[in-house]
Amino acid sequence: MSAILPPAERLWWKHPLDRVEGTWIVIAFIWCMIMFAMMVGWHIYGKQNLSTETYKTTPELFSKKAQDVVDKYTVRKETDKEIPVVHPPPGSDVYLVARLWDWWPIIELEKDKTYKLHLTSMDFNHGFSLQPVNINIQVVPGYEHVVKVTPNQSGTFSIVCNEFCGIGHANMAGRIYVK
Amino acid sequence: MSTTYRTCPRSGLQFEAQAERLMLVNAVAAVVFLLVGGILAVGVVLTRWPAVHWLSADAFYMVLTAHGIDMLIFWIIFFEMAVLYFCSSTLLRCRIATPRMAWLGFALMLIGAVTNNVAVFRGSSSVMMTSYVPMMAEPAFYLGLILFAVGALIGCFVFLGTLVVAKREKTYQGSIPLVTFGAVTATIIAVFTITSGAIILIPTFLMSVGVINQVDPLVYRTIWWAFGHSSQQINVAAHISIWYAIAAICFGAKPMSERVSRGAFLLYILFLQLASAHHLLADPGMSTEWKVVNTSYFMYFAVLASMIHGLTIPGAIEVAQREKGYTKGLFEWLRKAPWGNPVFSGMFISLIGFGFLGGISGVMMGTEQLNMLIHNTIYVPGHFHATVVVGTTLSFMALTYFLIPVLFKREMINPGLAKLQPYMFGLSMYFFCLVMMGAGTLGVSRRHWDMAMGGSPLAYEFPGAAYLMMGLVGIAGIAAILGGAIYIYITVGSLLWGKKLDAGVQTTQTIPLPKTPMPNVVVQSHGSAGFAAPGTFALAMVFLISFVLYYFINWKYLSQVWGLS
Repeated sequence: MSAILPPAERLWWKHPLDRVEGTWIVIAFIWCMIMFAMMVGWHIYGKQNLSTETYKTTPELFSKKAQDVVDKYTVRKETDKEIPVVHPPPGSDVYLVARLWDWWPIIELEKDKTYKLHLTSMDFNHGFSLQPVNINIQVVPGYEHVVKVTPNQSGTFSIVCNEFCGIGHANMAGRIYVK
Repeated sequence: MSTTYRTCPRSGLQFEAQAERLMLVNAVAAVVFLLVGGILAVGVVLTRWPAVHWLSADAFYMVLTAHGIDMLIFWIIFFEMAVLYFCSSTLLRCRIATPRMAWLGFALMLIGAVTNNVAVFRGSSSVMMTSYVPMMAEPAFYLGLILFAVGALIGCFVFLGTLVVAKREKTYQGSIPLVTFGAVTATIIAVFTITSGAIILIPTFLMSVGVINQVDPLVYRTIWWAFGHSSQQINVAAHISIWYAIAAICFGAKPMSERVSRGAFLLYILFLQLASAHHLLADPGMSTEWKVVNTSYFMYFAVLASMIHGLTIPGAIEVAQREKGYTKGLFEWLRKAPWGNPVFSGMFISLIGFGFLGGISGVMMGTEQLNMLIHNTIYVPGHFHATVVVGTTLSFMALTYFLIPVLFKREMINPGLAKLQPYMFGLSMYFFCLVMMGAGTLGVSRRHWDMAMGGSPLAYEFPGAAYLMMGLVGIAGIAAILGGAIYIYITVGSLLWGKKLDAGVQTTQTIPLPKTPMPNVVVQSHGSAGFAAPGTFALAMVFLISFVLYYFINWKYLSQVWGLS
């Protein structure tokens, strides 16, 4: 009868269940359904859902689109590396390039405005980790992921790479300003 | 084929000679890889402790790659092979099917594991356990994993074959024991897992030798996780079976209801695999419907199963204890449990930690939207150290303390230290996981060499609390590693210089298991309000309340971040 011996009744599925088990199964089942409903319901009522809009892309194609936006909307350059700071109009498409080992360009957004942020990697997998908000999105080479973002705070935000991408991984940083 | 059987005088278990040797070598190989992985853990922990920051970046990534693979794959799967042979040949008292194939499987696993380790330590395969393409390792890295997987697959089929032998030779009557049923669950999951691994690692190996040009990065991630996550589901099924076994060994506990416990294992077979989607929730490409259905194990049915096991195992212990007369109040059965026996204490610390730390955090992370808050942060290793280290590894340690006299036929050296070990290892791991999750909540990345970001001009300055948490990760990690070292010292020491114990009576024929007698139906004389296990139910309610609170706190936090659509 113990768990390491064959059960006394061959037809184990007829073994009655105790009240404590029955009660717990009902409670646990209800909780599981609540959790499932939360996840589905958030897609209807919630404001934080990850977009699934995705296109196949190549490094050449994506760099060109990113370069066009940089050419059009660069407002200034920052750091010794002269990284362009792009300030696109609200509602427009913004391109962020992930590559060994930086996020390019720096982006300037306006608070409470929505933008279409295009993400891809030029080489390996990277991780878009927006700090200190702590929003984390996987960036996969060959796939252009279009995420609609609406910043709700102003300030300086950092992008940390949180997918291992080689020896310079720990230094890979980017920046988003929200005015 | 002629073989011999011995009946262990200490446990009454019967070991077949071939199976016994296979269990021994697999367990020893497992402990060797635990030792290697444990030494590597020192490097990982002391580098991530910001004040120490010991290894250079390239050494750190190499050590982290090896630590992940040696622990998550080699230590655990070698040990699981021993568990599978134990659950078939020993519990069903039959000879092992095709022992030569089992040896071949073991040899392939060993060659594969060594090949993979050599590739990693040569330094040009620091691609992490996940080895996401297009980042490439040496061909030997993939070849080692493939050989290991083929060997493990052979082991699974030897286990299934052994069940057939037992059935045909009528070494038991009726249905297989619950623990063997759990092992069958683990095996079914393992066959799926290993096949997925082969499907994606073979083309990746071909890419590394230049035969094919490209493996799609997203396809790789999708199929690799059907191997990477599912192999952890083998562990869940295996260590839950071990919990049932230990409850039976230490207390003579019988399942409260065979139907409920086996039904929960069936839910695992049907739904547990879907969880590989957890790793793809922040990915492009997959549809929302795909993510929601898979990440929730189709409406959380595998979570339901785990919550059932979490009740029925302590419940069975409570019922057994109450029958022995420990009936005072809600918790006398628990207070009077053998807390000084590392077999029990290890199992119980494992169960509580797996549920409260690993389970709750796992469901939080597996929620599609909440996942964005922790994806690839150090919260993730915080979670899986609670499941795989507190859950699986500590259960295996607890089982080892039972196996030293029974399987290894040695008296345990230093029982005083063994008594302490589950507490030292388990509780420091609890703390380790908690502070890791805390740091992840503050945004600290996993697989990251330097949280100061090497003084990069755009570097993010993590808050002081994050540095504090990572310092505590370092301290707790070192304490846990010491706890692990004590386990290895006791196991290896007992094997080498423990007093030899009587092997027991040898026979050339198996002595079949007698039919389990029907229990005398007695009116339930314990428990309260019609509940056979009221104390366990109270604990379960504490668990549920923590779960609900933590779950909704995270939703509240998510509702405050940037809008995403």
